Amino acid sequence: MAKPKVAFYWCASCGGCEEAVVDLAENILKVVEAVEIVLWPVAMDFKIKDVEALQDKEIAVSFINGAIRTSEQEHVAKLLRKKSGLVVAFGACAHLGGIPGLANFSNRAKIFDYVYHRSPSVDNPDRITPQEKTIVKEGELTLPEFYNTVHTLDQVIDVDYYLPGCAPPPDLIMNAVEAILTGNLPEKGSVLSPDKSLCDTCKRKITKPEKSVIKEIKRVHEVMLDPDRCFLDQGIICLGPATRDGCGERCINANMPCRGCFGPTSRVDDQGAKFLSALASIIDADTDDEIRKITDSIADPAGIFYFYSLPSSMLKRKFDK
Amino acid sequence: MRKRITIDPITRLEGHGKIEIFLDDRGDVEKVYFQVPELRGFEIFSVGRPAEEMPRITPKICGVCPTTHHICSTKALDDLFKVEPPPAAKKLRELMYSAFMLEDHTLHFFFLGGPDFVVGPSAPPAERNILGVIAKVGLEIAGKVIKLRKECRDVITLFGGRVIHPVCGLPGGISKPLTEDNRLKIVEVAKGGVEFAQFALKIFEDVVLKNKDYVDLVVGDVYKHATYYMGMVDKNNKVNFYDGDIRIVTPEGKEFTRFKPGEYLDHIGERVESWSYVKFPYLKKVGWKGFVDGVDSGVYRVAPLARLNVSDGMATPLAQAEYERMYETLGGKPVHNTLAFHWARLIEALYAAERMLELAQDKEITDPHVRNIPTATPNEGIGIVEAPRGTLIHHYKTDKNGIITEANLIVATVNNAAAICMSIEKAAKSLIREGNVSDGLLNMVEMAFRAYDPCFACATHSMPGKIPLSINIRNRQGEITQTIERD
Repeated sequence: MAKPKVAFYWCASCGGCEEAVVDLAENILKVVEAVEIVLWPVAMDFKIKDVEALQDKEIAVSFINGAIRTSEQEHVAKLLRKKSGLVVAFGACAHLGGIPGLANFSNRAKIFDYVYHRSPSVDNPDRITPQEKTIVKEGELTLPEFYNTVHTLDQVIDVDYYLPGCAPPPDLIMNAVEAILTGNLPEKGSVLSPDKSLCDTCKRKITKPEKSVIKEIKRVHEVMLDPDRCFLDQGIICLGPATRDGCGERCINANMPCRGCFGPTSRVDDQGAKFLSALASIIDADTDDEIRKITDSIADPAGIFYFYSLPSSMLKRKFDK
Repeated sequence: MRKRITIDPITRLEGHGKIEIFLDDRGDVEKVYFQVPELRGFEIFSVGRPAEEMPRITPKICGVCPTTHHICSTKALDDLFKVEPPPAAKKLRELMYSAFMLEDHTLHFFFLGGPDFVVGPSAPPAERNILGVIAKVGLEIAGKVIKLRKECRDVITLFGGRVIHPVCGLPGGISKPLTEDNRLKIVEVAKGGVEFAQFALKIFEDVVLKNKDYVDLVVGDVYKHATYYMGMVDKNNKVNFYDGDIRIVTPEGKEFTRFKPGEYLDHIGERVESWSYVKFPYLKKVGWKGFVDGVDSGVYRVAPLARLNVSDGMATPLAQAEYERMYETLGGKPVHNTLAFHWARLIEALYAAERMLELAQDKEITDPHVRNIPTATPNEGIGIVEAPRGTLIHHYKTDKNGIITEANLIVATVNNAAAICMSIEKAAKSLIREGNVSDGLLNMVEMAFRAYDPCFACATHSMPGKIPLSINIRNRQGEITQTIERD
């Protein structure tokens, strides 16, 4: 029997999802043995023409990481959708928009203006800005269009499954690959990680506040961090209550709070709103003034509550006049 | 008829780098453009974020070198909040960083840069990859490479919680101390690292230095550029990755200037071209003269060979001996041969391993006091480290509450952007004559490009395998008349 064809592709991403695949270590040999990789630009030769030449749905599964930031990323994502039976959004950027999605608090004009005109190291007397088409004396040079808004993968193509995390941990990657190879798949649209909150398995759960205890929000650099006590109980913003389990509490193990890279559970539509509600339930305040004082002490609530998930949230982006 | 050649190194449309070669009417190379077609805008979306989150935001620039951005950002926060980390915290950061440099440099040699030499620049392309290296050096060695990678990454995880995007850095220290048990484990990893780096240098000697053809290629003119060099040095002018002053030497090897990280804007400017999303840094005090080398051009280079060229030596004994040997062999400082980056990279890997061992054997490193809480009002902070691919600069400004109001980043590979364009153009000019495109062009251009270990959009390097290339030769109407592909 022919081996199933598999593609890996990257959009607006950092290469960390590729490293995560290499971190499978000896397991990667098992994967390579079981499948035929038809596309993996970081590790193998890639010919877009070869992908174009495939039958529709000839690729069994495409793993696509990164957010959609440029016209070419959207183009390749659509091509892979057409040629693939299954598409898995791989990692936080494809799943939620990720850290590059924080750019939705700004817009293309502001990014170009700062990067190419106002940055203190820029020396650009002619106020040149990169263009999609440039005529040089030898001919024409082109660049892809840089979109005004960062999109998640499922905002440009239909996505079958999501592998969460920045980057997804090796055990979840292997589980997903095995599930696909054996056809033992959950309902379409599932996130391939346990559907409970991070707090449910956190070693610090025992100290998690059940009722109103927080009188003040502190920032990580302002206080010594207790290595055993729930961060929320210490007054430190930790997105555990609004975040899906499955990461192995990697950040908590380093004595740092969660920032939500796994996104929410299936029962939650908007991770930031869910965290706001969780936080409200543990704030100890009686008057409006007290409440305002506490909420004012949260630095950049929108940025922190939607650290990884702004493009996938109900907000999607800051209103752009 | 004027022709045009497009090399898309990643072959995919969006790519992380695209090369356009224009031929003149005679068919000789008229002009080469190296384009970076991607941008994400970290400088702008960092604005409004709390400064202490920057070490968790900026690593997402590059998932291959996240430790570099994490440590650089953390150092910028020390400066921003005017807080000095306790001695143990500084040593732990440098220890973690040394493990990272060792891993990254060694991997580059075996997986990416090495195949050009170990398997050979003229070997069939299908063999010029990690599998070819394994066939040549044996499966046992490949196992060693994979083991070292995993061990170094486990060391980074001990501190950072995760190796892809570590999280432990805080202004004034790190988030948790090192236990004695873990210290002992790291000592063993570092010892293995020293052995392995020596072993890699031995392979380099056997395979490259004992082969006259390769030596001719390294010292030949195709890959040579007389430029300025920039890198970080300690107080004795020895190479340092974690902390020190920035030193620049002239194409003749004389000290041009030496400055503190906070003074970088006096020395580095960035040009903008309409045909690339990447900017082109140059030395302000020399001036921008375009994509040319020489003493009058502000183009400079960074990364392993540049660091060795700007320094007076290595701070550890085994690496120092290798440093002396390299300059003896290549005829003294500075070395302008781009392919010598590979040799310099291995010497640095040995230094990283030796430094890792020194730090892990320092008993002070398990001191539980690893944080000082900042008390000053933040305003502006600059952090610089030496990334595997060169000098990395993070510069933040904040309001009095520590909310970012401005962020400027000069990412390591970007420093080399102009020099990479020049190296590609030079290789192309020597290999394309009167419209005849040599079949060796792809390999040779790729080698020019790869010696820098380029990290455009921070993702095109590393990993097992190679950068695939294809060239389309087009006539003036834009029709493809010939296609050359490397499988």
